Amino acid sequence: MKFNLKVWRQKNAKAQGKLVDYTIDNINADMSFLEMVDVLNDNLTRKGEDPIAFDHDCREGICGMCSMYISGRAHGPHHAATTCQLYMRSFKDGDTIYVEPFRAGAFPIIKDLVTDRSAFDRIIAKGGFVSVNTGQAQDANNLPVDKADAEKAMDAAACIGCGACVAACPNSAAMLFVSAKISQLALLPQGGPERNNRAINMVNQMDEEGFGNCTNIGACEAECPKEIKLTNIARMNREYLVASLINE
Amino acid sequence: MGLTGLFLIFFLVVHASINGCIWFNDGGKTFLYYAHFMGTNFLVHIAEFGLFAGLILHIVDGLLLWKQNRDARPVKYSYSVVPEKSKWYSRSMGILGTLILFFLIVHLRNFWGPNRLNQITTGEELNLFDRMQEDFNNLWMVLLYVGGCFSLFWHLLHGFKSAFQSLGLNNVKYNQAIEIAGTAFAIIVPLVFALMPISFYFHLVH
Ligand code: HEM
Ligand code: SF4
Ligand code: FES
Repeated sequence: MKFNLKVWRQKNAKAQGKLVDYTIDNINADMSFLEMVDVLNDNLTRKGEDPIAFDHDCREGICGMCSMYISGRAHGPHHAATTCQLYMRSFKDGDTIYVEPFRAGAFPIIKDLVTDRSAFDRIIAKGGFVSVNTGQAQDANNLPVDKADAEKAMDAAACIGCGACVAACPNSAAMLFVSAKISQLALLPQGGPERNNRAINMVNQMDEEGFGNCTNIGACEAECPKEIKLTNIARMNREYLVASLINE
Repeated sequence: MGLTGLFLIFFLVVHASINGCIWFNDGGKTFLYYAHFMGTNFLVHIAEFGLFAGLILHIVDGLLLWKQNRDARPVKYSYSVVPEKSKWYSRSMGILGTLILFFLIVHLRNFWGPNRLNQITTGEELNLFDRMQEDFNNLWMVLLYVGGCFSLFWHLLHGFKSAFQSLGLNNVKYNQAIEIAGTAFAIIVPLVFALMPISFYFHLVH
């Protein structure tokens, strides 16, 4: 297959970036999008040009590292998939494909398609965990959890922290991510004791990082590779409101 | 946003109910009875301050939201596709709100402003029913009102449901009910308002 690519090139965080045209041929339809970029980079390196910097790690849809805004959508045209799970057969031979980094003030560009998503880590550091870990794992029956809650918590825990929700949101809001991280703990007994401080601290850090505000548009849910639900955002709002009312 | 929005929604219910009295076709008698109460009662005057405060808070809050959200993405995408599930009116709340605001300015100049001015200068209320009959003889005025209601419809179609989500008053069990109530409210209330100038224009009210 043959493609025309328009790829965002930017030397460093401060430089002015621009879209650069590339054409690539002899692409196997079963290559992933990342493998296609590997081939392109190989060609560039052979010509003595600077290869395109991009994030990737597991290449099996679980680490959340691969990003890219492809053909106008976070992680490309596939529903519920990361960029490493996007295959070239999803495009038509001869297509022109736009490749841009995830864009948000809170995700500054490091180089080309690589963005600094450590804002998410700083939000997690404010309470996205259970502080104490005492002794061995106890018998599961010691802490009964309702099956429905366990399912919801597991669904929320599926979030891989990729940032597609921020990239897709017209407001660059990070509410889907933060709400998934708050929900997975709010729904389980282990998360109970710290729930109020967790909600307040994580939300405050989210605002401090300069993410936008949620206006309930739903683009995040539509583009999330792990199909995290908007109901988590409502749960986070509830957790936050209750915590602000009763926290001393 | 959600709290002030729901407050304004509550006002709309009161406003629509009283104005709906024009359809009693009693020459505006019932309508003027309630309009007189709303125009002169002390407690209502206090509530009126609350209403303006709520409206201004809603607008200021909305503008802040709009600015923060615009600034959260300093470099825009060169090419972007809007996912189907995200609705255009949800993305255009600021613009829809601004259209409503323009409408409100004209609307307040038509009725509220002259009436209060008259009350202050002469102590007398104006006959708002007569004024409606006059104003809504003008096709442009009728079209402007219908346009205002149309903007309100889209604004509410997002706003009603959105307020519940924002306040965390959202539950899988009740989502369906909120969805239906929100859509019904967004259709019925603006429609009732829009029918008023239309009824006057076609002399269906007398
Ligand atoms: C003066 C004109 C108005 C302006 C400028 C305005 C502006 C806005 C803005 C910018 C938003 C938030 C946008 C978003 O969620 O994306 C909003 C939300 C909302 N508005 Fe308005 N609005 C106006 C009038 C009204 C009126 C008259 C009502 C109701 C009767 C109303 C009810 C709501 C509701 C319920 C929300 C949703 C709140 C939420 O999502 O939490 N607005 N408005
Ligand atoms: S909520 Fe979805 S889109 Fe957002 S970071 Fe988690 S997995 Fe990625
Ligand atoms: S590289 Fe790990 S999710 Fe794509």
